[in-house]
Order: sequence, then C-alpha cells, then structure tokens
Amino acid sequence: MWLIHSSVGRKVIMSVTGIFLVLFLTFHSVMNVIVLFSAEAYNSVASALGANWYAVIGTGVLALGFVLHILYALYLSWLNLKARGKDRYAVTKRQEGVSWSSKNMLVLGIIVFGFLVLHLFHFWAKMQLVELQYGHGWEAAGFQNPQDGAYFINASFSNPIFSIIYIVWLVALWFHLTHGVWSSLHSIGVNNKTWINRVKCISNVYSTIIILLFIAIPVYFLLGFRVL
Amino acid sequence: MEKLLNLTLKVWRQDGPKAKGAFETYKLNGISPDSSFLEMMDILNDQLINEHKDPIAFDHDCREGICGTCSMYINGHPHGPDSGITTCQLHMRSFKDGETITVEPWRSAAFPIIKDLMVDRSAFDKIIQAGGYISVNTGGIPDGNAIPISKWHADEAMDAASCIGCGACVATCKNGSAMLFVAAKVSQLSLLPQGKIEASQRAKKMLSKMDELGFGNCTNTGACEAECPKNISITHIARLNREFIGAKFID
Ligand code: HEM
Ligand code: SF4
Ligand code: FES
Repeated sequence: MWLIHSSVGRKVIMSVTGIFLVLFLTFHSVMNVIVLFSAEAYNSVASALGANWYAVIGTGVLALGFVLHILYALYLSWLNLKARGKDRYAVTKRQEGVSWSSKNMLVLGIIVFGFLVLHLFHFWAKMQLVELQYGHGWEAAGFQNPQDGAYFINASFSNPIFSIIYIVWLVALWFHLTHGVWSSLHSIGVNNKTWINRVKCISNVYSTIIILLFIAIPVYFLLGFRVL
Repeated sequence: MEKLLNLTLKVWRQDGPKAKGAFETYKLNGISPDSSFLEMMDILNDQLINEHKDPIAFDHDCREGICGTCSMYINGHPHGPDSGITTCQLHMRSFKDGETITVEPWRSAAFPIIKDLMVDRSAFDKIIQAGGYISVNTGGIPDGNAIPISKWHADEAMDAASCIGCGACVATCKNGSAMLFVAAKVSQLSLLPQGKIEASQRAKKMLSKMDELGFGNCTNTGACEAECPKNISITHIARLNREFIGAKFID
C-alpha cells in the first residue's frame, strides 16, 4: 500500500488527518465561544452532541483521526531519525526563514497530546461518557447533568491554575498549527511559487483565529468573569 | 593589502567508513581573505604534508560551483555561512581573524563517510538511474523553436535544472530527506514536452528509489531550500507530491 510504503503516501495520511483535526478544531472553537455569550445556547449545542448515534459516530471518527495522526507521527519520526543516522553535527545553526515549529512538530504534538488526555478527563469523561454509561440515570448514579457543559466549564476554569494550563496548551497547539496548516497543503501538492507565501500567511492567520477563540475562555475566567 | 587571517580549524578526521572519527584542531596562519575556502584547505594540507601528516581528504572538482562535489559542513551550514553558493565559491573574507572554523562531512545515513570529509553520494546516482532520463528517441537535433515552450515553463524547468546534486539538502535536513533533489530532478524534465510523457512513471520510480535507499520523509521544514547553493525552491516538492499522488490515484 502506497499510503504506508511510500514517504509521500505517509505524508498524505499525516496531511489528511491533520486537516481533519484542524476542521474539528474550527468547529470546536466556534462552539466554545458561544458560552461566553449565552450559557443556555451553549448547553443546547452540548446536548445536541450528547449520546445520540451521530455524535457517537462522530466521536469515533475523530478518535480514529487522532490515532492515525499520532501513529503516523511516531512512525515518520522514527524513520526520519534512522535516516538522519547516528552521527550528529558538532555545530548546528538555524537557517533563516525556517520556523522553529517546523522542526519541533513531534515535541509540540506530544505536549498537545498530554493536555488532550487531561482535557478528556475533565470534560468528555463527565459528559458524553457519563451519558453513554448511564443514559438518563446519571442523577441516580450521582453525577452532574452531563449535558450541562456550561457548568463544567464554569467549574473547571474558575480555578486559575487550570486556566493557565489551558493557555500553555493552546500556545503549543498554535505553534503546531502555524506550521501544520500550510504544511498539510504542501504535502498534498497544493502549493506553488506564487502561493507559498500566501499559504503560509493564511496558515498563520487561520491558526491564530482558532487559538484566539479557544483562549478567550480561560482569559475571560482569569479576568474574573464567570459564565454562570 | 588586507590583513591576513590567523585561524584555528577543527576538522573531522576519519580513516575509513568503519573507523571511529574525531575532530583534530589545526592552527593556520597568514591566509589571505581573498583566497577561497578550498585554497585555504589546500594550504592546510600542504602544511600537513610538510609535517609528514596525512592530508585531509575532501571532494572537489570544478571549483566554480557547477559540479557539486565540494561537500563541507562549515560552522553549522553546508557550503558555509554564505547563502546561494558552494564551498568552492566561499571566500575567506566571510571569516574573521582569530576565528575557529569547524569543518564536518555531510552526516546522513544514506551518505556514509568514505574518509575525512568525503562522503559516498552514489545514492543520488541510483535515484537518477531509476528514472531521471527521457527514454524516447528524440531524433536528430530539432529546429530551435520548433516546439513552443512558454516562458514560464522554460524558467521553472531551468530553475530546477540548476540543481548540481551536491547533497546539501540531505545533509542539512533533520529528516535526512532527499526530496528537494528528487523534486528538482523530476521537475526539470516533467515541465518540458519531451519529459512530460513519462512524468508520472518518473515520479513514482525516483521517489520509490529514494525511499528504498533510506532517505527520510519530508516534513516541509524548508531547511533544504535555505541551504541549497542553487536556491532550489521547495515548491518543486509540492509539484512532485502532486505528480506522485496523482499517479497513485490513477493506478
Ligand atoms: C488537535 C490536534 C492536532 C492537530 C489539529 C494537528 C494538525 C497537524 C497538521 C495539519 C500537520 C501537518 C501535516 C503535514 O505536514 O502534512 C501536523 C503534523 C504533525 N503532527 Fe499534528 N496535529 C494534532 C495533534 C498531534 C499530536 C497529538 C501529535 C503527536 C503525538 C502530532 C504530531 C505531529 C507531527 C510529528 C507532525 C509532523 C509530521 C509531518 O509533517 O509529516 N500532532 N499536525
Ligand atoms: S537541491 Fe540544492 S542542495 Fe540539493 S542537491 Fe540540488 S543543488 Fe544541492
Ligand atoms: S568543486 Fe565543483 S561545485 Fe565546488
């Protein structure tokens, strides 16, 4: 299979899963900021994404996207380490125009993954998972209403340490995305001399918008506001 | 006359492919800033020979930036700190009096060291042999402008064709990938009508050969473009990706 056995094929998987995750993040960030305007509106979105089949299948596809992206990231990085060889240069210098992120995608990805696990514990495990396990019996089982997303947001982010951790996470993600967005287009061949600088610029702007939307929430809480 | 340079050189010495290498430090005095880097290396080798020591082995041939053999990793950059030139085109005026200059060979798994600063780049020849040619009989010499080629295509193909196969792109790539080289060699042919016919076959064959020889996967850092003595653009890599992916979808 060329998607496993050729370097460009492997990059296609990285790119397609990457774009898919970026699209998910776009949706997720837009959905999140709603909570700053109306907790009720946010909760209606959250309940629409509860334990119904569409949402469960969506979550499954998303998880698959993550798993593929991460497995390929590890496989690629291992192959690249081998191709680099055992001997290192005694002196290395940065090249002009080469972004720091582009050389540290794995590290950034691992940071993102670490926080992702935390994030799943904090939100997903209390929301969709509870609904899947107990359905309408969440109350009897002693849980908070799993569709009350605004409650969870309010509870978690009221802790300033939690908000700061999220900001660190989002900054790492921003670095990952500034390289990732244009790189994913380049990997599938969507680039040329006229467009390369534009594509890089679009990549930076797009990543910044997504991250600003996300970061608005912890910042809002750090400034002392609450959503409930 | 400009002030002569007194330098300290830290050079990688390695007896053979299997031997363990190490840096040796040499003092070299009275180097003219007008001399080229390779002339400086020649003077150093003279000094070593006079001291009855083994001279430093390094590749060089044309000494005018067209053959691509002069592979040296100088102070953390392939072909030295200046951009858009080869080692042989580098002048000593790029260095300061009293400076310590570190000279290393290309280091990449696909380019094993032969001796000192010489590396085996025959992997590039194998990639070319896999498909970097046009296998149709084009007959006698055709009329100059018999085949119309747009200015854009001519320029783009010519830019790609300026790749001299030096391997600096591989040497500097954190992934040990040869994509810039392969992309340049694929583009220079596939952009022109004679080479277009075999374009997708060529992309597949050369890329598979590259993978088979143990070069890495490109993650678009762009370090290759920054260090390439011919300023080959990474947009050629996007074209190669396009061609390869297209060919695979047709299969
Ligand atoms: C929300 C999460 C993530 C998003 C949106 C994302 C997005 C992307 C995108 C768009 C690319 C560029 C693909 C390409 O160059 O073709 C990329 C590359 C990469 N990602 Fe992620 N990623 C995420 C999480 C992760 C995680 C968790 C890891 C690893 C543990 C990771 C590791 C990597 C690596 C190593 C690369 C570079 C590989 C390459 O360029 O071929 N990413 N990512
Ligand atoms: S692409 Fe540039 S760096 Fe790579 S082999 Fe060709 S000339 Fe050398
Ligand atoms: S010796 Fe030929 S390019 Fe430098």
